[in-house]
Amino acid sequence: MHRLLSRYAESIYWLARYVERAENLARILDVNETFSRDSRGWQNWRSILQINRDEERFFEHHDDADADSVIHFYTLDQRNVSSIISAVNLARGNARTLRPLISTEMWIQLNMFSNTLKTMPREALSEPRLARFCNQVKEACQTHTGITEGTFYRDESWFFYQIGRAIERADQTTRLLDVKYHLLLPNEETVGSPLDVSQWNAVLRSAAGYHAFRRVQPSGMTQADVAGFLLFHSRFPRSVKACVHDISNRLSHLRSTYRLIGGAEALEELDELRSVLDDITIDQVIDKGLHEFIDWVQLKLIRIHSELGAAYFGYPALSEQGQAAD
Amino acid sequence: MLGGAEEPADHTLSIRERLNRLDLEDLRGRARDAELELYSFGITFTVYTQKDVIDRILPFDVIPRVISAKAWETIETGVTQRVTALNLFLHDIYHDQKILKDGVVPKDLVLGNKNYCPQMEGIDVPFGTYVHINGTDLVRGDDGEFVVLEDNGRCPSGVSYVVENRHLMLRSFPDLMSNIGIRPVSNYGQKLHEALVDTAPAGVSDPQVVLLSPGTYNSAYFEHIFLAREMGVPLVEGSDLVVENDKVYMKTINGLDPVHVIYRRVSDDFLDPEVFNPDSVLGASGLMRAYAKGNVSLANAIGTGVADDKAVYAYIPRIIKYYMDEEPILANVDTHICREPEGLAYTLANLDKLVVKPVGESGGYGITIGPRASKRELEKCREDVSADPANYIAQPMINLSVCPTLTDDGIKARHVDLRPFAVTGRSTWVLPGGLSRVALTKGSIVVNSSQGGGSKDTWVLE
Repeated sequence: MHRLLSRYAESIYWLARYVERAENLARILDVNETFSRDSRGWQNWRSILQINRDEERFFEHHDDADADSVIHFYTLDQRNVSSIISAVNLARGNARTLRPLISTEMWIQLNMFSNTLKTMPREALSEPRLARFCNQVKEACQTHTGITEGTFYRDESWFFYQIGRAIERADQTTRLLDVKYHLLLPNEETVGSPLDVSQWNAVLRSAAGYHAFRRVQPSGMTQADVAGFLLFHSRFPRSVKACVHDISNRLSHLRSTYRLIGGAEALEELDELRSVLDDITIDQVIDKGLHEFIDWVQLKLIRIHSELGAAYFGYPALSEQGQAAD
Repeated sequence: MLGGAEEPADHTLSIRERLNRLDLEDLRGRARDAELELYSFGITFTVYTQKDVIDRILPFDVIPRVISAKAWETIETGVTQRVTALNLFLHDIYHDQKILKDGVVPKDLVLGNKNYCPQMEGIDVPFGTYVHINGTDLVRGDDGEFVVLEDNGRCPSGVSYVVENRHLMLRSFPDLMSNIGIRPVSNYGQKLHEALVDTAPAGVSDPQVVLLSPGTYNSAYFEHIFLAREMGVPLVEGSDLVVENDKVYMKTINGLDPVHVIYRRVSDDFLDPEVFNPDSVLGASGLMRAYAKGNVSLANAIGTGVADDKAVYAYIPRIIKYYMDEEPILANVDTHICREPEGLAYTLANLDKLVVKPVGESGGYGITIGPRASKRELEKCREDVSADPANYIAQPMINLSVCPTLTDDGIKARHVDLRPFAVTGRSTWVLPGGLSRVALTKGSIVVNSSQGGGSKDTWVLE
């Protein structure tokens, strides 16, 4: 058995990240659609662009922020690097590079999924069908995950796949929380209102966390409850803490099983993030500012990514990367 | 599937009977399933036009091409003989150049050839194997005999389709194939791996083989994946390799690991920017130094292009005779060499009857088929040949044999050729069958995939 090439390690890591990203983009788009309605249910599509800070990129190619254009921008627009189709295309591109390594079944499913999106007519996404489309994307991503679990050979590359998926998931959960934060910003008095509760409800549902949350907390739902659950609940698979523990355990396991020299710096970063996630309470987080905390977590995840790159993918050492980490 | 005359060949009788039991609709349904499978698999090749880069599936025809055991024996021994001669020729021209001194092949044809590689002079390769993988393009003329159209001794492609076509047939037509006695093709990857291990540098007990690909944008990338998987070896790109102290390594997650044999699908020019094209990022700097020291083996060797050149092709029968003292088992097509005055005169006088080919091109580009060409095309060809005669050869038009093929108009005759693949390490092995390419357009004799050709499964009977 030969050692895994650096290029493949990077590719499998990104394959997992892009599939996880596509799935979460669908989840966030779905919940965005709910958020951007006002209390009387009017839809303001421009606010979705604002939430995601995408106005500039959007208006490069469009004049009006109408429903059709905004939905297309986030789903099937290949010019938008953060659209669902772009994530899926990038996943397929990595899978193509990885063909010698991944199972044929993994390749076929991703290739077909990418072809389906490429040939999908715009009309398939008109407003009332958006939820169905988002479901379809989620299901395809989960099918990928299932096929991978069931067919992918368990060597070093399996660890890189798992690490990539967990780091992306942690990042996406912080983004989901941030979406809600931005929407709440203008008027503090809506906190606790029926609209507010229904929006937190939607956040939980979009992370498939509603039932899990209710098992932990049968009644009541505040911002602190939901944010605390999504950040710190170690038994919920999409929580930031669960993901960070996962990355950390898999990285240690990878290094010891395959006696790898590099990776100590990434583990140090992980330990630091882990200890904060273990010790801090949600009230302390909210006191200091949820958004600021989320920003800090995201920066930590970027550093972990850069250290992994330096250790295994042939990226320059972090000290030489300069501003690239920001 | 037809014999020499109008009658179908005897050896295809039982297959024809079984095919007859399927009606056209059933056949079409199974053909659709097969193409859908190709599409899902992403078994594609890439076509480069001036405007676009397009991924296409290679059209697959479900009616197999059948070769009798006896006809195959001739092909197998003929191909082996030819590959042996090519290797002996390459060893000679990169060492003593006896064949040039004896005047059997013109000196300037070899030494002045753009594919002749002076850096290879004096370098010894294990077992004298230069052409590890060879594709010999064969056609059947009017007399039913197979003749050699050209040799492909650089990086011949197409073998993945041979194996994948068989898999497709096994899934789509299990009823057609049972108990026929078809020689298998699925062990190609293992045979190739054995040959590559055979030719590893001396003294390496457990050689690391890799397949070097130009990357995902190469038109044959699917095949590179296929072969790397079949052999269980890493598919590397130039950026994965590094040469230190004249030894080749690949970059892994735990640092540098040694590489001993490179099955490279990158052409000579791009292998080492130190020696060849300085702008290349597809190879590895210093590879030639490592190769010259015998620290790494390359398959195929560098500089084999001089042996499969269309101009040298004309001399192959004499090359076989010279080294092996044997008559060629597979004949050449008559070839007029335009660099020679008689050849040029004959070509220009008979342009409308000949197929004129540029010697440097591959993939069917730049060919003028005289009998099918317009006046203007013939004039253009005359100008090109007159301007640079040494760049052209001319051959009589071979009326390629036909095979029954499923078309929109039902089952019709379409022209085919055959490319058997020979793998050489310590000795030569020929994959039973090969790639049968079929010109899907009525009357066309251009079978190249880039020009509307498809492929068929090729059955060699036991």
